[in-house]
Amino acid sequence: MDQFIEQIVTGLSIGSILLLVALGLSIIYGSMGIINLAHGEFVMLGAYAAWVFHTYLGLGLLASLIPIFLVVAAFGWVIERYVLSLLNNRPLDTILATWGVGIMLQQAVRLSVGSELRYVQLPPALSDSMDVFGIPVSSYRVFLFVVSIALFGATWLLMNRTPVGMKLRAIIQDRSVAASFGINAKRVYALTFAYGAGLAGLAGALVSPLKSVSPDMGTGYVVDAFMVVVLGGVQSLAGTVASAFILGELSGGIAFLQNDTVAKAIVLLAIVVLIRFRPEGLFTARVRA
Amino acid sequence: MSISRRTLLRNTAALGAFAGAGLPHIWIKNADLAYAGGGEIKVGVLFSLTGTTAIIEESLNKATLLAIEEINAAGGIKGSKIVPIVEDPASDPATFSEKARKLVVGDKCVSVFGSYTSASRKAVLPVFERQNNLYWYPTLYEGRECSKNVIYTGAVPNQQQDEFVPWLVKKFGKKFYLIGSNYIYPKEENNYCKKLLEKLGGEVVAEEYVPLGHSEFSSVINKIRSTQPNVIFSTVVGDSVVALHRQYKAAGLDPEKMPMASLTTSENEVAAMGGEAAAGHFTSAPYFMVHKSPENEKFVEAYKKRWGADKVTHFVSEACYFQTYLFKQAVEKLATSDLTPPNIRDAVKGQSMIAPQGKVEIEPENLHTWLWPKIAQAKSNGQFEILVEAKDWLKPVPYAAYPGQSCTEKGLVEKS
Repeated sequence: MDQFIEQIVTGLSIGSILLLVALGLSIIYGSMGIINLAHGEFVMLGAYAAWVFHTYLGLGLLASLIPIFLVVAAFGWVIERYVLSLLNNRPLDTILATWGVGIMLQQAVRLSVGSELRYVQLPPALSDSMDVFGIPVSSYRVFLFVVSIALFGATWLLMNRTPVGMKLRAIIQDRSVAASFGINAKRVYALTFAYGAGLAGLAGALVSPLKSVSPDMGTGYVVDAFMVVVLGGVQSLAGTVASAFILGELSGGIAFLQNDTVAKAIVLLAIVVLIRFRPEGLFTARVRA
Repeated sequence: MSISRRTLLRNTAALGAFAGAGLPHIWIKNADLAYAGGGEIKVGVLFSLTGTTAIIEESLNKATLLAIEEINAAGGIKGSKIVPIVEDPASDPATFSEKARKLVVGDKCVSVFGSYTSASRKAVLPVFERQNNLYWYPTLYEGRECSKNVIYTGAVPNQQQDEFVPWLVKKFGKKFYLIGSNYIYPKEENNYCKKLLEKLGGEVVAEEYVPLGHSEFSSVINKIRSTQPNVIFSTVVGDSVVALHRQYKAAGLDPEKMPMASLTTSENEVAAMGGEAAAGHFTSAPYFMVHKSPENEKFVEAYKKRWGADKVTHFVSEACYFQTYLFKQAVEKLATSDLTPPNIRDAVKGQSMIAPQGKVEIEPENLHTWLWPKIAQAKSNGQFEILVEAKDWLKPVPYAAYPGQSCTEKGLVEKS
């Protein structure tokens, strides 16, 4: 029984990390429809920003979270403004462009700070483990769980309860009609993309003390993020949350019973089969097309 | 002049003798032009500067170049400068093979120093065997290879485990949890470990492999908790090592009760995971940066001076450094006109030198290297403390896990 609870908690923790990484993509891909292959590199930039703030400015991870969000968001804004907005309505070109941006970012980091693995310190206050239902769990993992839920909440509010979110939803439904009502679509798109990029950066910074920081760390995350968003259903934030935790429990559970190699294969296979029969994902937002 | 049968025979024989002596001479002269032209000896340096394993291979490139620069600064090899031709194989085995061919066939390098992963070594092997060139491989690896065209200067399983596993059993207990990355190296190392454990009456509670680059170890940690091993025997490589150690620490496991014993965790990985995550765990290798010897002090100082004070040396970069000097010693033994890869290979057999780790020697039988096994414990300052140093150097036995087979000068021999 203990083992079962332990494994459930582990799955929640894996799921919360998946959610962190996928949330930004859920906005960019799910809402805006941009297939952003540079998402992993935004995660990587966030991790490197954490390293820079820590190594050169002496800032702890928690203190640098907001600056990291702003830095990566600003970066995302620049990419949207000067690359993607010029490719509006050309999805294939956008895929190629974001892929190229991703490669350039990787190489730029490699050339400027080198390809060694980098070290980001675990916040000392969270470096212990604590009891959750009588199971010892890393405090930092509990913290990540709380943060991922909080960020989801903030994003949901932003999309559904603020003027910017309303405008975005209007644009997504029909860009030209929205524009004719005086909505500056370009500006809203750029801001939304920047927000999604900033979330990815935060995710990178937050996972960096548990994992490793290297120029090509994004490659794995972008796959995870797309899996979560596609499984959850495009345009469904709640679907993203559900699918993150489903995938977390599933891969954690199979890894426990079998091993991580098998878990990875089975989870991917399951998603492929599911997409075959439910191309829209598990959850679909009701949108009048 | 009439030609009698006897003179004809004599003349033909003389001509034959002349041809016999002369033709190889012409051939060597060509080789001479190709391999040591204009006071230069061209060698290839084939370590990934981009891609996944650039993380570690960059330091191997640096250690090799450092040795070459030192040799050149001290006058080169008998007046000839070593000219390194650096190629970036981008962590991709197919690119390794392509660049190796370019270095060997196009640039006519007389030797190539390169590779970190076994996959990349296996990919270039056919190039060196077909062209009869020479590859210098600095990494500890799984053994079970017997090529006449590779000089292996890293440790093979018996050199890392023969001291280590009995020591672990004695100190911590007999229950081992084997965890590795999912490819050939960890499987062969675990294969040998299981043989040693069998002899010692040990027990393997789990043997498990995670995908390369894997970074989520919470389920593994749950399994470790539920099986309660005495030792976690780790052959996880690359950035996964960092994730495993950090998550082990964050989960609140205690290295004093259940330490990780690794064959792959070097100063390089410790720097990336932070001293506090590494502290208390063990590694077995022939070299650690803290090893006290005049040769090592010189190496560490030169490396930091050349590449930056924050850089670390480790058991693969040390091999890169000394194998370049062994190359120099072998070339010194040859006349310039004899400078060919097979001759260098024959000349390096039995060559020895005082490396940073101690005296090393190339075993003539199998072209692997006699090394000095050491067991060390990581400290929170990011360095190791050497706890056990072998009293004697250890012979490389690349087929230690396969009693029926051995690597000899004639190649792989199967005993019946």
